[in-house]
Parts: sequence; C-alpha cells; structure tokens
Amino acid sequence: MEPGLYHILFISAALFFIGVYGFFTRRNLITMLMSTELILNSVNLNFIAFNKYLWPGKMDGLFFTVFVIAIAAAEAAVGIAIIINLYRSHQSIDVASAEDLKY
Amino acid sequence: MPNAINIALIPLLPFAGFLLLGLFGKKYFSKTAGLIGTLLLLISCLLAFQTAYEYFFVYGKVNGVYQQFVPLQFVWLQFSKTLSIDMGLMIDPISVVMLVVVTFVSLMVHIYSLGYMKGEARFPVYYSFLGLFSFSMLGLVLATNIFQIYIFWELVGVSSFLLIGFYYEKPSAVAASKKAFIVTRFADLGFLIGILILSYCSNTLSFAELIQRLTTPGSSELQTAAGYSFMGISALTWGAVLVFIGGAGKSAMFPLHIWLPDAMEGPTPVSALIHAATMVVAGVYLVARLFPVFAITTPEVLEGIGWVGAVSAIFAAIIACTQTDIKRVLAYSTMSQIGYMMFALGVSKYGGEEGLGYTASIFHLFTHAMFKALLFLGAGSVIHYVHSNEMKDMGGLRKYLPITHITFLIACLAIAGVPPLAGFFSKEEILLAAYQHNQAIYYIALITSGITAFYMFRLYFNIFWSKPYHPHGEHHGEGVFAMVLPLVLLAAGALFAGFIPFGTLVSSDGKPLESHFHLSFSIAPVALGLAGIFAALVMYKLKNDKPARVSASLGGLYTAAYHKFYIDELYLLITKKVLFNLVGRPAAWFDRNVVDGLVNFTGNVTLSVSEGIKKMQSGKVQQYGIYVLSTVIVLSVLFIYVW
Repeated sequence: MEPGLYHILFISAALFFIGVYGFFTRRNLITMLMSTELILNSVNLNFIAFNKYLWPGKMDGLFFTVFVIAIAAAEAAVGIAIIINLYRSHQSIDVASAEDLKY
Repeated sequence: MPNAINIALIPLLPFAGFLLLGLFGKKYFSKTAGLIGTLLLLISCLLAFQTAYEYFFVYGKVNGVYQQFVPLQFVWLQFSKTLSIDMGLMIDPISVVMLVVVTFVSLMVHIYSLGYMKGEARFPVYYSFLGLFSFSMLGLVLATNIFQIYIFWELVGVSSFLLIGFYYEKPSAVAASKKAFIVTRFADLGFLIGILILSYCSNTLSFAELIQRLTTPGSSELQTAAGYSFMGISALTWGAVLVFIGGAGKSAMFPLHIWLPDAMEGPTPVSALIHAATMVVAGVYLVARLFPVFAITTPEVLEGIGWVGAVSAIFAAIIACTQTDIKRVLAYSTMSQIGYMMFALGVSKYGGEEGLGYTASIFHLFTHAMFKALLFLGAGSVIHYVHSNEMKDMGGLRKYLPITHITFLIACLAIAGVPPLAGFFSKEEILLAAYQHNQAIYYIALITSGITAFYMFRLYFNIFWSKPYHPHGEHHGEGVFAMVLPLVLLAAGALFAGFIPFGTLVSSDGKPLESHFHLSFSIAPVALGLAGIFAALVMYKLKNDKPARVSASLGGLYTAAYHKFYIDELYLLITKKVLFNLVGRPAAWFDRNVVDGLVNFTGNVTLSVSEGIKKMQSGKVQQYGIYVLSTVIVLSVLFIYVW
C-alpha cells in the first residue's frame, strides 16, 4: 500500500508528542534541547508532506523546511552555549538549577 | 535726557551685593561683608541723588510740567504678539523722590548696622538680605508696568519675611515672620485679581497707557469696561478696590495691620528700613502711582481710601498710647502716620490746587521716612544699651546716651508737628487738604495729631527722664561711630527736610503747585500738639502715680487699647474656630479619605493582583512550557469547535 498523507501526519504527530513528552519529563537540559529538535522536525515533516500532497508543483514548503533546519541549528548552538555557561556557574545542567535565573 | 545706565545701576548694585554676599559671604567676606554692602549702597545713593538733581533741575521739566521718562524698556516674557511682560525704568517725580528716600534710608541703615549687628554669626547673610531688599524696593519704585510692580512687590515681601525671621532660633520671630508673610500675601491676592481686572479692562499692563486709557472719557476701553459688573458694582470699581487691598496689606492699614507690630521681632535697623521708612509706604506709592485712575474713574474708591486711612490713623494712635514695648509704640506710630498719607491721597483730587493732598502725601512720606527711621535707629541705640525693649527697664538715659537723646528729641518734635521741623510742614499740608475737602476727616486728623504728640513724648520721657538709671554690668556707651553718624544725618534731615518747596517738585499732574501758608490755620494743630507734649510732660517727666490713675479712670477703654482692641483675638477666632473647623477640617478629611483613598485604592489593587499572579513566574522552564501548550490547546479547541 502506497503511504498517503495521513500516514505521514500520524508519524509527525507522534514525533511531536514524543518531543513534548520529553520536554516535560526530562530534567537534563541537553535532553530537553533534543526534545525541542524533535518537535521542530515534526513540523518539518508536516511542511514536506503538505507540500508534496496538496501543492505538488510548488516549493514553498521545502523552503520553509530549509529555514527551520537552519534556525534549529542556530538555536542549538545558542542553547548549548547557555547550557555550558550554566554548568560553569552551577556545576550542573539540571533544569532546576536554572530556576534562580528568575531573580 | 535721563541716563539709563546710571539709573539701572541704582537697583542693580544692591542686587550685585546680594549675589556676592549671599553666595560667597560666609566663606570669604565674614568680616568685610558690611563694608562691601555699605559701599555698594553708597554708590547707589549718590547715583540716586544725581538722578534726582538732574531730573528736577535739568531735564525733567518741559514747558513747566514734569514729564514722565522711560529711559529703559525691554520685553521680558513674550506670551503672544499682543501680550508681553516688560521690564523697564520709569522716571517721574514720585519715583525720583522714592529713589532718594529708599537709597538714603537704606544707606543709613547699612552704616548703622555696621555697629549694631557687629559680631552676629550671620553677619554676611544679614547684609545680603539688606541688599536683596534694597534691590526689590528700588525695582518696585522704578516699575513701568503694573506686572513689574507686582513682581517686586512680592520680592520686598520675601525680603521682609527673611529679615523679620532673621533670629530664627526665637519662636516668636518665626511666628512673626510667618504672620507678616501670610497677612500680606492674603492682601496680595486681592492685588493680583485687581491687576487682572484693570489690565483686562484697559488691554495693557503699562502704567502710562493704562492711566491714559482709563481716564480719557469716552475711550473705547472705558466704554467696554463699563459693560462689566459683578454684584451690582462695576468691574473698574472692583479692580480699584482690590488693588487698594493689596496696598493696604503692605501699608498695614486697618484691618490688615496686625502683622506690623509683630514684625518688630526683626533686628531694629531692619524695622527702621522696612517697617518704617520704605516697604510699608509701598501701598501709598501704589495708590499715588495709579492716582489718576482712582481720582478720575473711581472717585468713590478714593473716598473709601480716605476713610480707611483716617480710621487707621486714629486707631493706631490710641493703641500707641498704651503699649510698653518701645518698638511697638513706634510700629503703631508708623501705622498712624501711613494712615495720614493714605487719607491725604483720599481727600485729593486730580490736578491743580485741588491736588494738594497728593503733594502733601508724598511730602509726608518723605519727611516721615527721615524722622521715623531716626526714631527707630535711636530706639535701636537704647535697646543696644539696656538690652531690653520694655519701658520699665529704661528711664534717665539722657546722661548716658547724649547724642541719641538729642536726635531722638528732634525726631519726636518733628513727628509731633512742632514748627519749624520737617513734620510740621508736611502735616500742615495734609491737614489743609483735608480741611478743604472733607471736614470729618480733618477733625479726626486734628485729634490724631494731638494724640501723636502725647504718645511720642510719653515714649521720650519714659526712656530719657522718668527715674534715674542705674547702669549694671559693663559700660559700653553709645556704640561706635557707625551708629552715631546715621543718627546725626537723619536728624539733619528731620530738621531741614520741611523747607524743601515740595509743591513745586511733586504734584498730581506734574505742574508746580504753590503751597499757600496760612499762619492762622496752623494754630489749632500746633496748639493741640503742644498740649499733647505738655500732658506727657506732666504725666511722665518724673515717676509718679498719675499714669496709673488715668488708666484706672479710663477703665475699659484703656484695657481694650492695651490689648490692641482685640483685633488679633478676632483674627484668631475667625481663623481657628471658623476657618479651621468649618473649612479646614472637612477639606482635610476629603483629602485624606477621598483624594488619597482613590490613589491608595489604585495602588492596592495593583499590589494584590500582582501578589496573586506572582507564583506563576516560578522559573521552572517546563512549567512555562505547560502554560504555552495548554493555551495553544485551549485556543485550538476554541477556534476549531466554537467559531
């Protein structure tokens, strides 16, 4: 059976909720960062799928995907830099140690 | 033509002194402050004399009429094309006379204070305040427009406040300075409204234009102004009355006089300068400045001014007979003499022979400045010697203070109107003017002049005769040369100022006025004056029980006069009981509960709301994530299923 739009959307939704689940349950900041990458990739998957099945002649979805990947890379760099600085000052990358940033 | 720079320097030199001594006096001039201030005022005084000489004898008169000159005029604040506040210098007979009076008396006081205030901790501050006062008073005198006069009017009020409260460690001095400020400020409110009315009606602030527009019959401004009225009284009358209220407050006219006796808490030379010779006559000057408006447009107000002056004159004279603090006697005497000047204006008309009262008023202002400043400075010497203001601590001082004694006697004779001293001539003209225009006021004035002679000689005998004086403690004599010189100079003024042919210099319309001298007319006032002196001689020359017997036989009248006819108590009753309880307290309640309540309510609501949502900001990243996710879910449900 040829995989259709719904299959891909299902995978994408699963990926999204795995990411959300990871974001809410993990205490390690690097794992949380990885979870957000999963969320972003589920969105990418949506873009590609909609582009392929609904407007096959166009490239908009692809462009968006490329953008999202680029931004995700930048975001990962910034996120990891923050985590390193947090580790330097707190000797920990537990999300609880970031709580005192609110002060 | 007048030399604008010379005239501008007259007020500006004391101002320079104020700035210099006020800013750097404590650090650099703690010893030399007095000399600097005195020197600047000396120059200013010489310039004033030169200006007066040139005005009266060189350029002032054109075709036999003294002209008004404005040698300097510039725009200070430009509000719109037609409305601006200007600053300028005005030279006319009365402003020139005032220049001479103010700078001369101020110079005398500066010199006198070199001795009197020596060793004071705030010596430079004192001289800087004197400079500020001289500047403001001269600015007031030279004002070209009604707003400029108001600005300087308030400045003299401030300097008076500062100098009355100079000994600010004394609670009584603080209370007196506040009282003086509040009472005159209250009167100035009237003045300000009066200015607004008059300038609104005449469409100008400048004196010359204002007088010209409001006194020309049938001018368009006058016709417009006639259309306005309030409570059945025309706007111009209201304006004139309110302006006079301002003048009455500054000149301590009944019933706004209550601040003047208390103002004696200031240093005695200050009383001589501000509360005898210069600032308190500002009200007279103001009425004289706007005299054509009062005399031509609102004669009914001028009549009222005459009555206020006459009542103040006799009222203050009666109180002066019962006071025991020598400076307070002099304060009431000042009030009485200013009453004379006021009613002299009140009985005058504009122009020609009828304008005698105007000339007489300015003449009396001039002579009064001489002998009253002398009396105050003499009283200062006495107080300096015995360290007390009370008559009971004095007596028999003529041997210890010979120069003070002689000069004080001259001043007493002058104020009592004994010929040929200064007071005689000016008082004579006032009485003559009153006799010609208002007989009732004339008789009041006549009685007052008898009482004046009595209380002045009561003062004189109590200080210098009465009982023998027993010096105690160290003996420092009459004080230094600086304290004696002004007494002698002012005594010369009190002796000879009367011979100035004032009518040829100052008159209501600028044309010279021949003063006719009626010997027969002088008999009554002089006789009454001598009777007053004789009564004082009998009662006070030697210590005896006559004064006590007289006061006992007068009973209630004496007690009432001793308590200043309970005017102060009346004011206290009105302010404390009526104003504070009926207006002050409700206003305070409203302020505390409604105005403050509203502000506090806003603050409290913000506070409690933020307190409530504070916990949401926990710093837990995952919690924030939950908020975002749940909001997105809620919004999606809303958008998909509800809309």
